Amino acid sequence: MLTILVDGLAYGMLLFVLACGLSVTLGVMNFINLAHGAFAMAGGYVAVVLVNGYGVPFLLALPLAALAAGLLGIALEQTLYVHVYRRTHLDQVLFSIGLVFIAMAVVDYTQGSQQQFLNLPAFLKVRLDLGVVSVGAYRLLIIVVCGALALALQAILARTRFGARLRASVDDPIAARGLGINVNAIFAITFGVGSALAGLGGALGAEILGLDPSFPLKFMVYFLIVVTAGGAAGMTGPFLAAILLGVADVAGKYYFPSIGAFIIYTLVIALLVWRPNGLFAAASGR
Amino acid sequence: MNRRILFAAAALAALPLAAHAAEPFRIGLLVPMTGPFQSTGRAINDAVKLYIKQHGDTVAGHKVEILLRDDAGVPDNTKRLATELVVRDHVNAFAGFGLTPLALATAPVATQAKIPEIVMVAATSSIVNASPYIFRSGQVLPQPATIAADWALKHGIKKIVSVVSDYGPGYDAEKWFNDRFTAGGGTVVAALRVPLANPDFAPFLQRVKDAAPDAMYAFVPAGVGGIFAKQFVERGMDKSGIRFIATGDVTDDDNLGDMGDAMLGVVTAGPYSAAHPSALNKSFVDGYREISGGHRAGFVAAFAYDGIEMLYRALEKTKGNMDGTALAEALKGLSFESPRGQISIDPETREIITPIYIREVKKVDGALYNVEAETFAAVKDPAKAKP
Repeated sequence: MLTILVDGLAYGMLLFVLACGLSVTLGVMNFINLAHGAFAMAGGYVAVVLVNGYGVPFLLALPLAALAAGLLGIALEQTLYVHVYRRTHLDQVLFSIGLVFIAMAVVDYTQGSQQQFLNLPAFLKVRLDLGVVSVGAYRLLIIVVCGALALALQAILARTRFGARLRASVDDPIAARGLGINVNAIFAITFGVGSALAGLGGALGAEILGLDPSFPLKFMVYFLIVVTAGGAAGMTGPFLAAILLGVADVAGKYYFPSIGAFIIYTLVIALLVWRPNGLFAAASGR
Repeated sequence: MNRRILFAAAALAALPLAAHAAEPFRIGLLVPMTGPFQSTGRAINDAVKLYIKQHGDTVAGHKVEILLRDDAGVPDNTKRLATELVVRDHVNAFAGFGLTPLALATAPVATQAKIPEIVMVAATSSIVNASPYIFRSGQVLPQPATIAADWALKHGIKKIVSVVSDYGPGYDAEKWFNDRFTAGGGTVVAALRVPLANPDFAPFLQRVKDAAPDAMYAFVPAGVGGIFAKQFVERGMDKSGIRFIATGDVTDDDNLGDMGDAMLGVVTAGPYSAAHPSALNKSFVDGYREISGGHRAGFVAAFAYDGIEMLYRALEKTKGNMDGTALAEALKGLSFESPRGQISIDPETREIITPIYIREVKKVDGALYNVEAETFAAVKDPAKAKP
């Protein structure tokens, strides 16, 4: 019972780290970026190549993977995304889904279509007995890392000057510019951080979610569910939604294996009927 | 169109007149070379190239020509390409077929054109019933599944939980194992089906653990097998005395080397292991490594190698007669040594009769291999056995 809860928690946390970047671009920057999963995949492959190919320690490979995905994000933002910010949502969707296919083809060509396996260090493979519950060390690591990230993000967004500038840039870019805020730079940094988080998620998740070139498409649905169900304002909504969905998904598959795969979707439908704008809707209907 | 039919008729009429010594023997190789199943296509292509390199490209006076076509794993493409191969390129046989729907899509073309279709990889039992020209060089899933069940019963395993991926081959693997196991006096505590696009196996494995069976029988696609096994070990299930049994697909040699030590001790029933101790297999594995750029030969490559050998032998048997019906007759009852051991073609069902081995994953020279422990020779497809 408790094991299921912990497994679900770890899974939910992973979903959160993977999807929170999307909730920033979608909710805060009002840009539909379906290619979000491609950055997660990039992070995952960077980690696999570093760990398996160059023998970089796993814990060091994680920030490197995030860094690589973040830099890739900033580069693409500056060269490509900049041009579609003001276009219609349909254009954004078409643009970003095209990017997904390009990313899949690139990975397929360079790394092959097979499943990738990360060689974890031994101390992450053990199972810890915490008295009432036994947990895999790796899942514990995910919970700790992702939990800390969630707290940090919320604090940055709500408490720091950067967070305030970001929110101002989104609410009224013209006035924000008038006040001397470099809106373009803020967007670029935000996009980069979002991509970096996705990359970290991809690297952390390779062990549990698997990693192959179809990753961005396979998990796009999950990312979108988290963002939709959580509501696209701030970090709290997507965080709670991700945890709820993770636990419900794992518990559903455990208790009702025959219909387990559908429980997550049923839950999302119920949630959206109850609160069409997500758990924590933005005050202004954007 | 009329002219094309006339041409075809003329070509057919001309065929029996003279054995064209110069006429090449054309094999249409239909495989997915792009898309998610490209690794299957590449393995087949490399194995075919290897066979021709090792055995020469001339059989009974005919030069062998391989016409490689990429169907990207889409049945509509396979059918269109197969039709083109017949009409435009006048192929004498089809080979390849990575997935069941691809093999089935070509069946009507093979029947109409009256040329043999060698199904190398697709493993659904019913495929050979789709056309009297279909022959199989690979395996059918019920073969390893029933042998795995027999082995489990023999080794005192009484309670199992089966975990299979929720798609066609998974059902086959589940049905044939569980039925055989139950018939032999065993108990299937639970039969779990995992969604094919499943991100996390945790809930299913926890359920297996809590059911505390003697063994877990699993069928998941080879790529996912490693993740599955890792989570099995991470949960401490290997130490709680639950054995891990599977069909050979889960520990495909193609991936096994990368799957990690979690796979150690997994028992599988399968037709081919790169570690099979025979001179023929050694030359096959070495040759494949060279031709594929350092890859280890997996069962897909072995099946493709056998498929081409079947066509070579059939053409020798007809003494160079490339008529499809004559070739089909010659294919029936073929028996020869393959890298996996002695195989033959059942003359009644056109189905492969293959040895199935019980193997355990062990470290050989620092790398993971399926090491064969027990042999079940000449296993027929149980799904086609007469009651």
